[in-house]
Amino acid sequence: MHRLLIACVMLFIGICTANAQSLQPILQEHAEEIAKPSRRTVSVALDALVASALPQATEFLEEWTDKGVWQRDDGVFVLGAEDGDTLAWRDIDTGQTGDSPKDGFTQLKPNGGVRRLIGTALVQFQLSDPNITSRENAVAAIARRSEAAQLAPLLASIEGETDEALKARKIQVANYVSARFAPETADRISAIESLATDTSVEARAVLNQILTKSSGVALSLPEGNIATIRDLSADTQAAYAELVEADLAPSAPSPRDIRQALEDNIDGGRIGGLPIAQLSDPAQRAVAYAALAQSGLAPPLITTEQIEAAVGNHVFYEIYAEDDPEVTDAAAKALSSVQGRVGAAQFADLTLDALSLASIFFLAAIGLAITFGVMGVINMAHGEFIMMGAYTGYVVQLFIPNYTLSILVALPVAFAVTFAAGVAMERLVIRWLYDRPLETLLATFGISIILQQLAKNIFGTQARPLTSPDWLAGAWVLNDVIQISYIRIAIFGLALIFLCLILYILKRTRLGLEVRAVTQNPGMASSMGINPDRINMLTFGLGSGIAGIAGVAIGLYAKVTSEMGADYIVQSFMTVVVGGVGNVWGTLAGAALVGFGQKGIEWFNPSNTLAAQTYMILFVILFIQFRPKGIVALKGRAAGD
Amino acid sequence: MSTLLEVSGVSVSFDGFRAINNLSIQIAEPEMRAVIGPNGAGKTTFMDIVTGKTRPDEGRITWGDRSISLIGMNESQIAQEGIGRKFQKPTVFEAQTVRENIVMALKNPRGPFDLLFKRRMSGLEDRVRGISDEIGLTDALDQTSGALSHGQKQWLEIGMLLAQDPRLLLVDEPAAGMTPAEREHTTDLLVRAAKTRAVVVVEHDMEFVRRLNCKVTCLHQGSVLAEGSLDHVTKNQDVIDVYLGR
Amino acid sequence: MNNSFISRNPSVMWFLLCLAVFTFAVTLLSEASGATFISTSFLKTLGKTLCLCLVAVAMDVVWGYCGILSLGHFAFFGIGGYAIGMWLMYERTREIVETSMSANVLPPTPDEITTAIGSQIFGVVGGSEFPAIWAFSHSLTLQLLAVVLVPGLLALVFGWLAFRSRVTGVYLSILTQAMTLALSLYFFQNDTGLRGNNGLSGLQNIPGLSDVSQATLSLWFFWASAVALGLGYVLFAWITAGKLGSVIRAVRDNEARVRFLGYHVESYKLFVFTITAMVAGIAGALYYPQAGIINPAEITPIASIYLAVWVAIGGRGRLYGAVLGAAAVSLMSSWFTGGSAQDINLGFYVVKWTDWWLVLLGATFVAVTLFFPKGIGGLFDLLPRKKGENA
Repeated sequence: MHRLLIACVMLFIGICTANAQSLQPILQEHAEEIAKPSRRTVSVALDALVASALPQATEFLEEWTDKGVWQRDDGVFVLGAEDGDTLAWRDIDTGQTGDSPKDGFTQLKPNGGVRRLIGTALVQFQLSDPNITSRENAVAAIARRSEAAQLAPLLASIEGETDEALKARKIQVANYVSARFAPETADRISAIESLATDTSVEARAVLNQILTKSSGVALSLPEGNIATIRDLSADTQAAYAELVEADLAPSAPSPRDIRQALEDNIDGGRIGGLPIAQLSDPAQRAVAYAALAQSGLAPPLITTEQIEAAVGNHVFYEIYAEDDPEVTDAAAKALSSVQGRVGAAQFADLTLDALSLASIFFLAAIGLAITFGVMGVINMAHGEFIMMGAYTGYVVQLFIPNYTLSILVALPVAFAVTFAAGVAMERLVIRWLYDRPLETLLATFGISIILQQLAKNIFGTQARPLTSPDWLAGAWVLNDVIQISYIRIAIFGLALIFLCLILYILKRTRLGLEVRAVTQNPGMASSMGINPDRINMLTFGLGSGIAGIAGVAIGLYAKVTSEMGADYIVQSFMTVVVGGVGNVWGTLAGAALVGFGQKGIEWFNPSNTLAAQTYMILFVILFIQFRPKGIVALKGRAAGD
Repeated sequence: MSTLLEVSGVSVSFDGFRAINNLSIQIAEPEMRAVIGPNGAGKTTFMDIVTGKTRPDEGRITWGDRSISLIGMNESQIAQEGIGRKFQKPTVFEAQTVRENIVMALKNPRGPFDLLFKRRMSGLEDRVRGISDEIGLTDALDQTSGALSHGQKQWLEIGMLLAQDPRLLLVDEPAAGMTPAEREHTTDLLVRAAKTRAVVVVEHDMEFVRRLNCKVTCLHQGSVLAEGSLDHVTKNQDVIDVYLGR
Repeated sequence: MNNSFISRNPSVMWFLLCLAVFTFAVTLLSEASGATFISTSFLKTLGKTLCLCLVAVAMDVVWGYCGILSLGHFAFFGIGGYAIGMWLMYERTREIVETSMSANVLPPTPDEITTAIGSQIFGVVGGSEFPAIWAFSHSLTLQLLAVVLVPGLLALVFGWLAFRSRVTGVYLSILTQAMTLALSLYFFQNDTGLRGNNGLSGLQNIPGLSDVSQATLSLWFFWASAVALGLGYVLFAWITAGKLGSVIRAVRDNEARVRFLGYHVESYKLFVFTITAMVAGIAGALYYPQAGIINPAEITPIASIYLAVWVAIGGRGRLYGAVLGAAAVSLMSSWFTGGSAQDINLGFYVVKWTDWWLVLLGATFVAVTLFFPKGIGGLFDLLPRKKGENA
């Protein structure tokens, strides 16, 4: 009967290729199950499709789940997309297309359960699809949502896999699936045990899924894989609420119910015999309600004794969804081992985070430390020099679209711009104030107001992007816990370079020698033929220039705004003060202390970075108590007073 | 004459440099003592240690009849115990008048609330007048002290020391930058003061020391090289070597 | 005793006279007296300015006289505002809640009232429980005490730590700035229980005085601010005159020397730091009911730096200088940023004062620091000298 029908169809559409390459015959063979699928019957059709191993089957299954398969009134299945009243259809085997009125077709709408079965079948096709992308997608789909039925095809496809990386991935995913769904307990346990060393999010998810449990309450402990028996004697109210929830106890009237009951039973200005005016007293209210309950006008209150008795009569437990205790035990053990590893990895991640934060503080503070140490000048506009550097980077990017090149250009340009700004500031303002350090602080603050407002006037108040090149965009992923963005690595590198550079300048060059001479004794230095004016100018320029470079670095991962400098200035001061003035190593130590300290506090209270900053500042204030001159302090006469 | 200050076995070093090395000195009350020595001998550091500015690494410093240890006390406590100090560079409060400078130094209760609520102190004016007569600045009492000459500032500082009424005065190079007449006046001031209390003068100028006519201690490399009358010390072969350099 | 003190300090007399004349004139010209020259909002601005003058005088004592460039006194000002704001907000909310609940069939229990007030106040930060620091918010007396004691205690503890370790000069300034930053971050947190960055609002409504018009209330607050400024001025003039003032100025000029005179320098600094913090708290408690709102942005370090700017422009080391500076700069700030100032059209560019006022202020400030360290108050030095020349 079917064959006859097929022959007619073939004739009708004018195609005479009813050979083994065609899918349509197989479809027609199972037309009933396909047109009106149910979860029980559809597997026959799916098995037939899988057995045929035809390439068209994949597309058919995909379209089927997406409701893209239509059945013509004569029973032929086509792929189609509706467009108003017409249907643009396409033949499954030949690819022939055409438009027909929609009336002659019925859309196939498989339900969710069926779609899942189709999906599973589809995966089997995809797992051995010649196209590697399809295979990868299939494996990813299994990893996302595993089912017992996928295990066998997945294992079967490992053998034939040609791509080594994908093969490894298939083995890994197969391991996850068998941990959850392998038919033999021994297989599952060995799979679970192998997960004990896997810190990936997927592995942890698998273990957690195995350990899924639900809480319950009953008169006696039920059969099943009980995880724990909960002791709720500390909070009987919550325990009772759970009993009410489970319909094991009558609900106690809530304060709202009580008030409603009282309001509903006003009788001539009195409730339960008490005048309304007295009912602002909770004790009187209780009396009134008791009276109402006595006369049956309100449900009685549940007393504490009743609650305790009810709670005592029941057992509260948590039960695993997984029935086999051996499996859950193994999974619990594996999970605790994994969590230990994750903890260690998180610690390492935090350390790396702290390191990069310390690098940022070092970059931001070292310029400040140099000018403070050498000249005793606090530059409140230092933060604005950082901002100036970041904006320089932004402007450079406007002219040079290539990000790599623009960053390489921006670094020296930012240095030059802020160096010039620093020298100008030193010449115009600071050198008149050398004997008045507090005034310098104020004057430079005036300059910071000006610079900040100018930046606002020029660039506007919204944040400007400083885009990093692609090779800096990603992150170095060690595992699912530890990953560091390349920008942070680059900043660490930059900090390292500047540390070396500054040490070199101060210890090995003529300029450094003169700077050190001026730091220790300006009078003596000038009588040795060193021009302190020139040294001060150059030092200030150097300090400001480094701030500019720090600005480019910070701008790469933070937003460039006119207020960004203010965010770093206090931390920079902290770094300098904690580290000890006038010493590169001191600044390094200070940056490390502040960076690690801040991250360390965040470790205890990860949700609240504001609190971390607050405590860090308090810590610094206390730290100054014990080392007023910082970690690396100059001693004796050189320190002055 | 009893021992007022006893410094024994005191050492202090800055970054490995031993500024004071096992120094022992005794000062009696009343007494005038001159401390001499080449540059870097530790004269100023010795004063820093006694007044609490620098804490010694080791050694003992005992003070007064009850032999209190001065180590661990801060500058103001030591000053209140009765040790006054005059710095090498005259340091008076230049923005304030001579009277205010002297009043501030007068021996009185020194807490903020004492000053706020006990304004009228009996005989204050007489005491100020007494000091200003002593240092010859009575006419300048209401002048800003910044307007005084260098010598006058030195005297004002000595006057402030006297106003503190200390038992021990430590005076660092009082005669530096003074005219001969001013020097003479200064000498008189110090000699008069030394009649009732202990005065330690650090000085380079041998002529000035000779005029003080007192026991001399010569320091070298942070310890006592010689002690005795000026003639005795200047004849000491070690002292001659140190000063002539060998 | 006071008579002789004022007679020895004629500038105090002059200042009080000017303040009285000013207060009298403003009262006559204000809306509450039926005149229209001074609107209620401008009256509030004037009252607030008097409070700013008071905190500036305190700042001048701690910086101009004692040499401690504190970058934290505006934080004490803000804490004073928070302390009174807690009472204002609690009582006001309680009034509203009780009025609305009195319409209920059942009279509310104390618990129900507290919960309703709590959810009114802390709803914005997703809470209804009263945090522990609101424990005294129902009592005006206790909160008024807090206005003085909390800033005082904070200054005492911080000052003791900082002065004890002999942190001076720019180090000290930076440490005070750090303290201010820590405080403002603390206030910014929702868990602190002070409504995070929402701050406290509705403070212009004084509980129990809902029948009094804002015009009259503003005048009362203006008077209170004027009295506070007068009293504060006299207090600080009294402290800085005489021997205590002499020691304080000596500490500023040469701390070490004062120590060798036998004074315990730390107690003096601590005394000045703490008492000025307390006065700053009082000034804040008068300011914020006139401003109507307080939030943590008011206590960030930048506010304290502006305070230093006012004092520097007005002239350090003289109390009337601080008053002049605070009044001039804060009034000009509200004039220029309020949009009342005419923009300047240069043809190719329009100078908008809202954009350029801060640039002007910054430049003025740098110029004052460089060329006129005595500030506006320095102009008064020129007057008597000219008289002397004429005579």
